[in-house]
Amino acid sequence: MLIALGRRLLSMLVTLFGVAVIIFLVLRMLPGNALTASLGVSTGLLSHAQLVALDHYYGVGQPVLSQFGSWLGSVLTGNLGVSLSSRTSVASLVGSALPVTLELAIGSMVIGVLIGVLFGVFGALRPGRVVDNLGQGVAVVGLGVPSFIIGTGLVTFLASTFHYFPSSQGFASLFRDPWLNLQQIFFPALTLGLGVAAALLRTTRAAMLEVIGLNYARTARGKGLARRQVVWKHLFLGALVPVLTMSGIQLGYLLGGTVVVEQIFVLPGLGRLLVTAINNRDFPVVQSVTLIFASGFVVVNMLTDVAYTLIDPRTRS
Amino acid sequence: MSVLDTTAPAGAPPAAEVGEPVRRRSFGRALVATGRGRAGCILVGVVVVAAIAAALGGTPYNPQFQNPLAGLKAPSLAHPFGTDQFGRDLLSLVLQGLWVSLEIAALAVAIAGVVGTVGGIAAGFFGRWTSTVIMRVTDMLFAIPAILFALAIVAALGPGWLNSALAIGIGYVPIFVRVVRGPVLSLRESGYVRAGRVLGFSRWRLLARHILPNVAGAVAVQASLALSWSILAEASLSFLGLGPPPPTASLGEMVSQASSLAGTAWWTLAAPSVAIVVAVIGFNLLGDGLRDAVDPRARTR
Repeated sequence: MLIALGRRLLSMLVTLFGVAVIIFLVLRMLPGNALTASLGVSTGLLSHAQLVALDHYYGVGQPVLSQFGSWLGSVLTGNLGVSLSSRTSVASLVGSALPVTLELAIGSMVIGVLIGVLFGVFGALRPGRVVDNLGQGVAVVGLGVPSFIIGTGLVTFLASTFHYFPSSQGFASLFRDPWLNLQQIFFPALTLGLGVAAALLRTTRAAMLEVIGLNYARTARGKGLARRQVVWKHLFLGALVPVLTMSGIQLGYLLGGTVVVEQIFVLPGLGRLLVTAINNRDFPVVQSVTLIFASGFVVVNMLTDVAYTLIDPRTRS
Repeated sequence: MSVLDTTAPAGAPPAAEVGEPVRRRSFGRALVATGRGRAGCILVGVVVVAAIAAALGGTPYNPQFQNPLAGLKAPSLAHPFGTDQFGRDLLSLVLQGLWVSLEIAALAVAIAGVVGTVGGIAAGFFGRWTSTVIMRVTDMLFAIPAILFALAIVAALGPGWLNSALAIGIGYVPIFVRVVRGPVLSLRESGYVRAGRVLGFSRWRLLARHILPNVAGAVAVQASLALSWSILAEASLSFLGLGPPPPTASLGEMVSQASSLAGTAWWTLAAPSVAIVVAVIGFNLLGDGLRDAVDPRARTR
């Protein structure tokens, strides 16, 4: 078990390294070398010390390999470069944006799992009845309508019908003004969560229908266990593996989705930071934020894999 | 293949008797045999015909014609989707945007499909070393969420028609590699490929005549799903202002524009949204239908 865990960790590190290589190649080596160009054009705002630091950070003027080494070394020691447009360290920008995106991602996942699993389980218990049909309706909307349309519609509807636009007062931190913060996070999280819910609902429903007819389920019912115990401890636990797989996949989509949703709901998270940076051709920020998103995805995937070994003894080989 | 062909059986085909040779149904019939395949064909047909008509100049009005006196008019007989703030006919604009979306999505899927299929076949057919390298790279590409990868590429290349297609296409390559490699691995050891090898057929002949036709179905299914995803990704990019620059009409950009107008003029949001949703769902259903038709055993409930 420990050896398997170690091997997973090692392969994750290899993947993370590969991701860093790909991001480096895409952002630095593509024709035109936009970064060097933008370093030449838009560094007029930086102080001399910052410029020297940035030159060192990117290894400007050195061979490609040592450029990569210089960047990776800096990143590993927590130096994410200097933002060209706001003239502050990228690490501090990321530090204030990351909690917002994390909160949004967790909120969306909670909403998605709640809606998806509940409708999936109860829909599968009585296929074709009201709850099931309602759930299928949610799934069609969540899968077919992109989040930026749902989000735009939601913002417009709330603003025009209820004159409600919680983001207009600037973003409130969770610790300073929790009530306003939750209001500001709820609707974006709902927007993203619907997509997650749709995918989870279908997976949960299908997985539940698979196990519902199995012998062990009949035995559990037959020996007189309470209904709640049969449903959650026997049926749902048996259906958990595909649900978990889907949750891992959905978290990946979620990370991408935060980019769009943060833009709509004016949340100062990583996604908004990324889009602003792309528009300003602020490459140190683009490079670091992309790396952070990708690393997050890789780590989540590894955690999903580890979770399998915890819930399914057969995978512990 | 006609979407109006109603003689196809609605449900699953009757199980063949033991010993009786399985009758081969025509592919077109198999495609419209399921509700999803049929719905997919109809939606995709409508979308593609409308987009091509728009590209040939068949829109009701000139999409870029501005009429300040007729700004933000609700849907009517003259303007079925209403007009935008400049008095442009939204139906014409949506049709034009649909064509641009389809163009970009088709190019993206062509890039992803060709690169991915070649990579997948190479990974499955050639030696262990080639396979390891390709699959390692694929795993790493897979580790970056595709939409983020597209954003990074657009950031590096700058926004534009071709760059959007490249960005979306490259992100989808790993999926094609995985879809193709699996079947190739088992085909390589199948009886007729071995027989071909014994008969002294060249590698290329084996690949082109015996392997490629057998993965074409899987590629077609994936291509349809990829088109659905690409239309969505293109709309997301242009929604973020990273699509082709104006005056090129673009559905995502229309949605973004509508966010400040839709409170008083709901149709400015509804018109591009309907087009995106119909196209996305259509290609998705078509992909499901193709999967059922290509491999009846995989037919889902």
